[in-house]
Amino acid sequence: MPVLYASLLTLFLILIPGIGIGLFNMKALFGIVVLYGAFLIFISGVIYRVIIWAKSPVPFSIPTVCGQAKSLPWIRQNKIESPHTSWGVIKRMLLEVLFFRSLLRNEKGRLKTGGRLLFYRNLLLWFGGVLFHWSLFIIIIRHLRLFLEPVPSFVEFIYGLDGLFELFTPPLLITDLLILLGIIYLFFRRLFDPQTRYISISTDYFPLMLIFAIVITGLLIRHVQKVDIMGIKAFLIGLFSFNPSLPKESNTIFYIHLFLVATLLSYLPFSKLIHMAGVFFSPTRNLKNSSRMERHINPWDYPVLVHTYEEWEDEFRAAMKDVGLPVEKEN
Amino acid sequence: MVYDKGKVITGLVVFLIILLSPLWYNALSGKVEPSLKLSMPKEEKSCIEERMFMRSNHMDLLIKWRDDAVRKGIRTYKGLDGKVYRISLTGTCLSCHIDKAGFCDRCHGYSGVKTPKCWDCHNIPKEEGSKV
Amino acid sequence: MKKAEEILNDVDLQSPKKEEQLFRKGTYCYSAPLKHQNYLGLPNPREWNPADLDWKLPKNWKEIILEGMAKLLKRHRSFRLFLDICVRCGACGDKCHFFLGTGDPNNMPVLRAELIRSVYKRYFTVSGRLFGELVGARELTEDVIKEWFYYFFQCTECRRCSVYCPYGIDTCEITMMVRELLNLVGCNIQWVVEPASNCFRTGNHLGVPPHAMKETFDFALDEIKDLTGLSVEAPINRKGAEILFVAPSADYFANPHWYTFLGYLMLFHEIGLDYTWSTYASEGGNFGLFHSSELMKRLNAKIYAEAKRLGVKWILGGECGHMWRVIHQYMDTMNGPADFLEVPVSPITGTRFEQAKSTKMVHISEFTADLIYNNKLRLDKTRNDRWVVTFHDSCNTARSMGLLEEPRYIIKKVCNNFYEMPENTIREKTFCCGSGAGLGADENLEMRLKGGFPRANAVKYVKEKHGVNMVACMCAIDKASLPQLLDYWVSGVEVCGVHELVGNALLMKGEKVREKNLRGEPLTD
Repeated sequence: MPVLYASLLTLFLILIPGIGIGLFNMKALFGIVVLYGAFLIFISGVIYRVIIWAKSPVPFSIPTVCGQAKSLPWIRQNKIESPHTSWGVIKRMLLEVLFFRSLLRNEKGRLKTGGRLLFYRNLLLWFGGVLFHWSLFIIIIRHLRLFLEPVPSFVEFIYGLDGLFELFTPPLLITDLLILLGIIYLFFRRLFDPQTRYISISTDYFPLMLIFAIVITGLLIRHVQKVDIMGIKAFLIGLFSFNPSLPKESNTIFYIHLFLVATLLSYLPFSKLIHMAGVFFSPTRNLKNSSRMERHINPWDYPVLVHTYEEWEDEFRAAMKDVGLPVEKEN
Repeated sequence: MVYDKGKVITGLVVFLIILLSPLWYNALSGKVEPSLKLSMPKEEKSCIEERMFMRSNHMDLLIKWRDDAVRKGIRTYKGLDGKVYRISLTGTCLSCHIDKAGFCDRCHGYSGVKTPKCWDCHNIPKEEGSKV
Repeated sequence: MKKAEEILNDVDLQSPKKEEQLFRKGTYCYSAPLKHQNYLGLPNPREWNPADLDWKLPKNWKEIILEGMAKLLKRHRSFRLFLDICVRCGACGDKCHFFLGTGDPNNMPVLRAELIRSVYKRYFTVSGRLFGELVGARELTEDVIKEWFYYFFQCTECRRCSVYCPYGIDTCEITMMVRELLNLVGCNIQWVVEPASNCFRTGNHLGVPPHAMKETFDFALDEIKDLTGLSVEAPINRKGAEILFVAPSADYFANPHWYTFLGYLMLFHEIGLDYTWSTYASEGGNFGLFHSSELMKRLNAKIYAEAKRLGVKWILGGECGHMWRVIHQYMDTMNGPADFLEVPVSPITGTRFEQAKSTKMVHISEFTADLIYNNKLRLDKTRNDRWVVTFHDSCNTARSMGLLEEPRYIIKKVCNNFYEMPENTIREKTFCCGSGAGLGADENLEMRLKGGFPRANAVKYVKEKHGVNMVACMCAIDKASLPQLLDYWVSGVEVCGVHELVGNALLMKGEKVREKNLRGEPLTD
């Protein structure tokens, strides 16, 4: 059922520009208005979400420690998994954000006959995640060639590297294949791994399908129904210099590609995809394990009702004196 | 410290700088031209196929020509207007498009596409009329 | 009681089955007695029973919960963030000991959080308000409250899932928040509220009044005299001592904690430590942690207050898990700054405990490891030869402190036979005993045995492979729950504290030839 909802929604999203451009040639709408709108929603949405998080404090120091803490000088500290300095935290965060460190720990529990519970190292999820995210990242970087003039050399380099195989002309890009592989793995894992299937809802399938459709339409306009890159770049640069002109392109798939990207941009801030920004905020990862070294301040701390020593002694004084325990007051 | 105000703002600024890179990068570089001026042949007004087709699909045509000529031995190509052309990069294409830097490289540079392997074998036309 | 095979037959990790009947006997904890609700001044005090249909919630319970949620979302970044960014990748699913022991999908950390995430979406996000069920949002009903109660008192706040989550989402945080919410409408359990109430009144969870505490101390000193022939002192409420020692109260009242208690007393006597116990701050543990941040702060306040009253220089803490979560991550923030204390320095070795320079409280294993490293103790390992030992990391000291090597160093110095359990069940990946966070109630035994299954399974493995017959640990709840757990799943393995082993191995000046260990058993078989 969740898969059905997600596929219907994706199809619907493909049809909108398909009909809008294919039948009514609404270039101004799909080429300018929708894009500006999506970009605006994306920027303001991300900022809004981040500010909402930032407005709530981190009242307590709650890192999840995954290694030996700083202790006696002769005990070897794990400076990354139990950092007591900001530099350590930066390293920990970089490993987490760039290389999905925590997923590298992943293992599957299996209950065997005879009641033996065994754990198997499982790097597939890590691999699928890395494949997907890194490919997406490289794809975004190399799209910069369509936005920046002159094309920066690192973009040119990455673009060149990505097409190293020189299969077809223009060359098939490696990351296009890898991201498809990543998406397909993540999608079928959701479908066929019983545990993951159980926890999945339509908003888990939808982003995968959406991005899948974006990649496919991208491949189509690169390899099948080719588009005029010059015209597109001029159009995109026009958009970014607030001097938009209608794109000359008449390829409907191009507009579908654009529309799906716009959908993704405006969907991102209001969905789980905001983990893109959220991962940096996670207090269990971005805090130092130094809470006995430096005092952490709780901004909403308030006085509470306590049971003072005096009140306490009043209740137990007589009995304490009987057994010879020292007291503050005699009666 | 508990709100990390400084870090959050820095993060957002970095996010915006990266996101809006086309805006400031293009403005700073000042290299954006209103429309890309290519050095076009003066005598011929039309190419062997439609202009838009050539823009998006010239690579396919060139590959087809290469395969036809080198692998199949086909030496002619019937163009848009029914005119028959000799399949030859140097003899046909480059006879009109004599200025590689002003024609090929303009677009290839503009879109960040390294000039393909044409020039591994073919010589680059130096001056008008110079052929090998 | 179900047989072990029956329990395991119900578990199919590959096709998770939701528990059909919540609040079946043996799988939930009883509600708190009215007396203790009143003593602590908790909201909506009443006699009630989770198995009843009517929970006697206040009329405006829904309003209270939603307002409470809004407040917690404003107060804790973690709460909103963790509800927002989960991508349901499922990496946490089979990391929870309760899922591994029950096969109930709601025990996967992702779905445990989803129990409240769905409500958060419905009332606090645009997409949830607009699209409802399509995006996984749901209405808040009384049944939701019951589900929360059942499943959030089926989480031991062990933080194992947080280790594996790519965003560090910590179900413990979520559980703490939901328990705060449940408290607002008067839903809490006896095993949390009663100890907290006792602790508030008498100073300790067990409700031991000062004179009774003194008597048990005298009893312990007699035992030590029988064992060693030495007259040992246990100073109580002594003003001007250098160090205040605070341990979980179970150490001087329960078994096998008692032997650890003897170990402390012998150690402090042997090194001539200038210290004192306190009857006011007679509890290191803090069941407020399992209730609300406010109650945690109320109970914890006694430790610094007593240190100030007695005029000590710094504080030493005994073997306990959740106690150290509070001391390491909350105490300084809640009841500090402890500017009336000094940076802890070991009077025996001169070592400055830099890692505790602000909170001014040192863990006993840090203290003892330093003593041993500096050759301040004479030890006879062979006195522990009866035991083949493994070490069970307590969730809190492992994943909230990173106290991993100190206890291992000590154990290796006082025992000849030490074997680790499999790598993915120790250190930061350690499995909970299944009874933490206030769930150690007798009526909850079936659920505790299920939750403790992964831990017991690892013990069974080293028992069969290396002949392990003793699990050492540094947590009062472990010491209380592991014996029963291991009896059920493994049998023939006992449980001890690290300082019991120290007490056994410690060669004391002037002691008689020891024939028995602290348990009164012959030193070797």
